[in-house]
Amino acid sequence: MSLDTRPPRQSPVRQVATARERQEQRGMPSRSLLVALVLACVALMVVDSTSGEESPVAPVRRVAGEVLGPAQAGVATVLAPIVGIPDALRTNADLREALAAAEADNKDKELELLRGPYDENRRDELLGLCRMTDLGYALAPARVIGYGSAQSFSSTVTIDAGSDAGLRPDLTVLNADGLVGRILEVTSHTATVLLIVDAASSVGGRVGDNMENGMVDGRGGLADDAPLDLRLLDNTVVPERGQAVVTWGSEGGAPYVSGVPIGEVSRVYEELRLGTYRAVLEPYVDFTALDLVGVVVPSGGERVIEAGCTVQGGGVS
Amino acid sequence: MRGTRRPFTALLAVVMALLLQVTVFPHLAWDGVVPDLVLLSVVGAALVTDPRFATLLGFGAGLLLDVAPPADHAAGRWALALMVVGYVVGRFAHDHDSGQSGGRPSYPLMLAAGAGGAFVGISVFALSGLLLRDPAVDLGQLLEVVLAAAVYDVLAAAVVVPATVWLFTREPGARPAQVTPRTPRRTPV
Repeated sequence: MSLDTRPPRQSPVRQVATARERQEQRGMPSRSLLVALVLACVALMVVDSTSGEESPVAPVRRVAGEVLGPAQAGVATVLAPIVGIPDALRTNADLREALAAAEADNKDKELELLRGPYDENRRDELLGLCRMTDLGYALAPARVIGYGSAQSFSSTVTIDAGSDAGLRPDLTVLNADGLVGRILEVTSHTATVLLIVDAASSVGGRVGDNMENGMVDGRGGLADDAPLDLRLLDNTVVPERGQAVVTWGSEGGAPYVSGVPIGEVSRVYEELRLGTYRAVLEPYVDFTALDLVGVVVPSGGERVIEAGCTVQGGGVS
Repeated sequence: MRGTRRPFTALLAVVMALLLQVTVFPHLAWDGVVPDLVLLSVVGAALVTDPRFATLLGFGAGLLLDVAPPADHAAGRWALALMVVGYVVGRFAHDHDSGQSGGRPSYPLMLAAGAGGAFVGISVFALSGLLLRDPAVDLGQLLEVVLAAAVYDVLAAAVVVPATVWLFTREPGARPAQVTPRTPRRTPV
């Protein structure tokens, strides 16, 4: 038997905890903690929302971004295949459809690519036509849609504008380079144009350098190397090589308005029998490659390029 | 779970929730509304820890949410909202099962806590935005988004809150709802 020599245990003193201590025992945050946290939140909000760019929170944000940014990127990378599963589950029919759509799209694009240079040329022509309105005439744009055959021995073309566009016979037709011809006949949607190179065509021309008047006659034939003749009215004046010839202008602007470039003198012949000079003109217009032409019309009509038109982007107004 | 491990677990839970919230759930967004995983993790933690810890955790998690990359609003708004959530849910849960012995809270309780916490948190966040005039949206629009987010949060709470609860109670023998031991101030006489 051994004696318990340890001192007698102290009987526990009954503790009476205060209300606050009970709260703390139960893990309740003290009131001061709550107030401090709320005030911290409010202060942070006010400081951050009022200080704008140089907010003291900005550096903290940056640091958080430096740390969490790569983590986000990593998670996103890891999860990308999982997130992409719905996309990967496609039926065969779906895939065929998508392929067909892509092929059709591709065809469209290829066509566009092929038409690209053509479109650019058309745009350039339109811009040139626009520049021609600097002469002071309003132009109705039209496109050459048919050439008369050579075996008919007349140089005529058909354009795709007619009386519904305000066209009538004896209007001047020109393109971005110069004078093309005049209208012979119109239907409601087309018009026939007599080119100045036609053998029956005779245009009043004026040498720009010395204001001498003359007649420009066509020789017939589109591809002839000397398609136009110039005979000056004054027999004593000798045309010189390189001189530019513009239209003289008819009364009332029909069939030819004045000041439209025709061509320049390329060769000069003296006709001994008549004692006159005949100059061969090189026309500015390439008659074998006519596309966009303009018909000089009274201004104010619909679809008319007014004088002094402006070019915006690729369009003309 | 006690001592040094609990803050570590909390950090892990909050950061994971944040990363999921900003990377994964935008793919599952409904009209741009994403479940507030951070908020729900705070709710989960509040259910199994004491209110003081939950309040501090809410404050910290909200602060993290306020400065983490996609955030652009005035810092402190989520901190206030999540702090309130932590305090309210913690206090409520603590009062509710103070009589019971420790253990994981029942599933309906988790859901209810998730729904309530989500509503409270989002509302506080939205109200603070109204006071600060932070997002220039009208009240109707705000209410719509708040309700949508609360509904989505309830759906997400069904998974996230139990997951967080499990994370905080997974240590074998851990006593959930255990009070952080504090040194008694009064020495026995």
